[in-house]
Amino acid sequence: MRRYLSHPFWQGAIVVVASYVAFEYVIGYVLPVIGVASAPVPSSVIVEYMLIVLVGVLLYMSADEERWQRFREPIRATMVQPDRRTVRGILMVAFPVLIGWLAYERVKPSYAAPATLRAVHPAPPNQLTFRGETIELTGLENPLREEGSMEEHLAVGKRIYVRNCVPCHGDLLDGQGHYAQAFNPVPADFTSSGNLPQLTESYVFWRIVKGGPGLPREGTPWDSAMPAWETILEQDEIWATILYLYDQTGFPPRTWEEEGGHE
Amino acid sequence: MKRRMTRGVVTRGALLAALALAVALPLLAQVPGPDYGEFNFLGLDRRGAVWIAAQLHLLFAAFVLGVPMFAVVIEAIGMFGGDEKYDKLAKEFTRLLLVAYSATAIWGAILVFFLSTLYPRFWAYLTAIFAPSMWVYAGLFFLESFTLYLYYYGWDAWKKGAAKKVHWCLGIMLNIWGTIVMFIANGWLTYMMSPPEGLTADTAPQTVQLWSAINNATWMPINIHRLLANVVFGGAIVGAYAAYRFLTSRTDEERAHYDWMGYTGNLIAIGALIVLPFAGYWLGREIYEFSQQMGITMMGGFMSWLWIIQAFLIGILFLAGNYYLWIGMGRIPGAERFQPYIKWMLLVLVLGVIVWATPNTMIADRDEIAAMGGIRHPFLQVLGVMSAKNTAVNLMILTTFLSFLMYRRANKDPVVPWARAGTMLQGAAFALCAVVVVFYGVYGYFVTAIVRIGFSVYQVLAVLATILFVIGIDMAMLRGAKSRGEIRWGRMPDRSQYALLILAVTFTWLMGLMGFARSGIRQHWHVYEVIRDTSEQAFTPALGPAATIISICVLIFFGLVGVIFWLGGLAERSVYQEAEAEAKGTEGHGTLGEPMPSPALGDVD
Repeated sequence: MRRYLSHPFWQGAIVVVASYVAFEYVIGYVLPVIGVASAPVPSSVIVEYMLIVLVGVLLYMSADEERWQRFREPIRATMVQPDRRTVRGILMVAFPVLIGWLAYERVKPSYAAPATLRAVHPAPPNQLTFRGETIELTGLENPLREEGSMEEHLAVGKRIYVRNCVPCHGDLLDGQGHYAQAFNPVPADFTSSGNLPQLTESYVFWRIVKGGPGLPREGTPWDSAMPAWETILEQDEIWATILYLYDQTGFPPRTWEEEGGHE
Repeated sequence: MKRRMTRGVVTRGALLAALALAVALPLLAQVPGPDYGEFNFLGLDRRGAVWIAAQLHLLFAAFVLGVPMFAVVIEAIGMFGGDEKYDKLAKEFTRLLLVAYSATAIWGAILVFFLSTLYPRFWAYLTAIFAPSMWVYAGLFFLESFTLYLYYYGWDAWKKGAAKKVHWCLGIMLNIWGTIVMFIANGWLTYMMSPPEGLTADTAPQTVQLWSAINNATWMPINIHRLLANVVFGGAIVGAYAAYRFLTSRTDEERAHYDWMGYTGNLIAIGALIVLPFAGYWLGREIYEFSQQMGITMMGGFMSWLWIIQAFLIGILFLAGNYYLWIGMGRIPGAERFQPYIKWMLLVLVLGVIVWATPNTMIADRDEIAAMGGIRHPFLQVLGVMSAKNTAVNLMILTTFLSFLMYRRANKDPVVPWARAGTMLQGAAFALCAVVVVFYGVYGYFVTAIVRIGFSVYQVLAVLATILFVIGIDMAMLRGAKSRGEIRWGRMPDRSQYALLILAVTFTWLMGLMGFARSGIRQHWHVYEVIRDTSEQAFTPALGPAATIISICVLIFFGLVGVIFWLGGLAERSVYQEAEAEAKGTEGHGTLGEPMPSPALGDVD
């Protein structure tokens, strides 16, 4: 055992297998057991990670001539030595079978929808029309922050949210409303740091006004069940709801002064 | 030689005439014609044709603009330092320019022809605004060509004294002409991205002020980004040339020379790469400020997945660059003492690439999305944001610098009395920098986006300050250092050279992919929100087809670069044939007619 552990080839193999176990099982299944929020990692990401690890292992092994020679020893021995004929035979069969099986898995007919690239935050237009009125979105601030009583605005926002948004986005604003599990993907989680704090209020305004039907054609299909609320709500009601969202989650909205972010 | 020069100038004259004709025709015609010309060649449509021509023109142009920058610096090192091997290296770099320069001109002409015949109305629009700058461009192109010929063919004639300084000035002039030419062309393409305010589809192009059209929001950021990227690209391509020559070398002297040349090319490429993200960041910021829609399309929308591909490719660059240094340490006496550190540095790099390549929103099927409760992974999403990625890339830069430092110090033992304290100080600087980078990375999760963006500046400044501080100490500490033995140039395994080739291919691919991101965010506009693309190719291509076109460009580019390398080898072979012939007492003639000295270490030109 010790002999194997000190050999570069088996060290490399152990690193590769351990990495796979960590990515596939530790992150996917062990972390949730110990109370850390996690889920199985998508296969596209596992492949990506394993490629990086494999390249890393090969680079390390070949960065030193002596180590590289030792690393290749078992491979070469298996390929040429007469006493390894059985192992060689098994590999000669097993390897093509493995490749064939992987190819079959990739091409066999499936009813599952294919994996998609879905951008959570699509690019907004520079302007929109609200019931025929053109509104410039670039540089647009929430008008209610400068006028009226904030308490009243929040009360209006709360009322609108509870009446219209709770069924999907949930009473905790976490995207877990009563209907949430009927949608795939589930509705937006406003408590996530990846949503509201990344967005200007004008962006949220556009998303509420135009909903799923108003999403840009680039990056389709969007799979969004969000209605276009411009047909139901007034502009001020939407702005008040936006105030309520930021107030309840405690996130400040993204501001316009420095739009250099890469997120 | 004279005949060759004349022929070259005539070729370029013909190309310039073609450019002039293409500029003048739309202005002279003034008759309404079709908006778009027809093109279908082996399934390639008009957009594909223009795309490939533009990409190949840009790749060759980047090479011929990048190489003179460091050729002049290396010539100066040889001139002022009195070491002739640098002078020879600079000349060898410059020799690669000659054929590449012709290729640049040819692809430029093809691009102009495609634009004027396939997009006649849009081309007429551009010429109506930019015609004066196009004439200046053509004139400067001519000057650049002539200066390049004087610079290369005058190398041996103006080798001593004041003549050498004049020759060096020619190199500087070559850089100046080239830079202005690039700035002018950048004005045209950035106008398409970020035209001046107030323009509409109805604005007559003749009324657009030339300077305001050129000096648009993204012009200077693109200029700076391309200047730096050209150096990176030039270094990588000459590194690949050296690798090719190393792998085909027949003598130890050749191998030693091309090993050194490859090392120099790699050093230039990786060194310039370290500062390139600053320029890219500035460009991204300007794009955001010009148009939120463009910015979000680029970074968070449709194009955002390109950044994951970019992360993967830049990961390859870091890994290949470090790998080359680590293997190189095998030919340096005394480097074995640093071997135990390599696995830890590799661990940092691999983890860094994993963090950088972790997407914020993942490619997943519906079951996987349902299991994650959305498109973001509940655990890995912490790695998908810029706080994590900036931290990873800064630690990778720091690790790469550490590799270089070990390489530099491998065969040296400092003799200054404060050597131990100096080394500890360097170690402390590295540790402090890592702490600063990680601190701002973690703190970034707890502040607003605006504040977090500022943190990335602190992280980069910490890394740059550490690099300057540590290298300053190192230079002072290694003054008069005891040598453990000379670097055994040429004693490199072949696989190290493949790392150089991978670097060149990866850089080329990156340029194509990120160029697509920059250009593609205009979406269905020829000139963003001014002139709409009404052709049937107005849609933005999906990543797959785009990557295919870019890969075709990379293949064509390296096919042509292979020919250039082969030609370089042909000239070189004549040197050896001549030397052999002289040794036999017969007269030999080089295939390119240039008299060459007999080959010796570092003396192959």
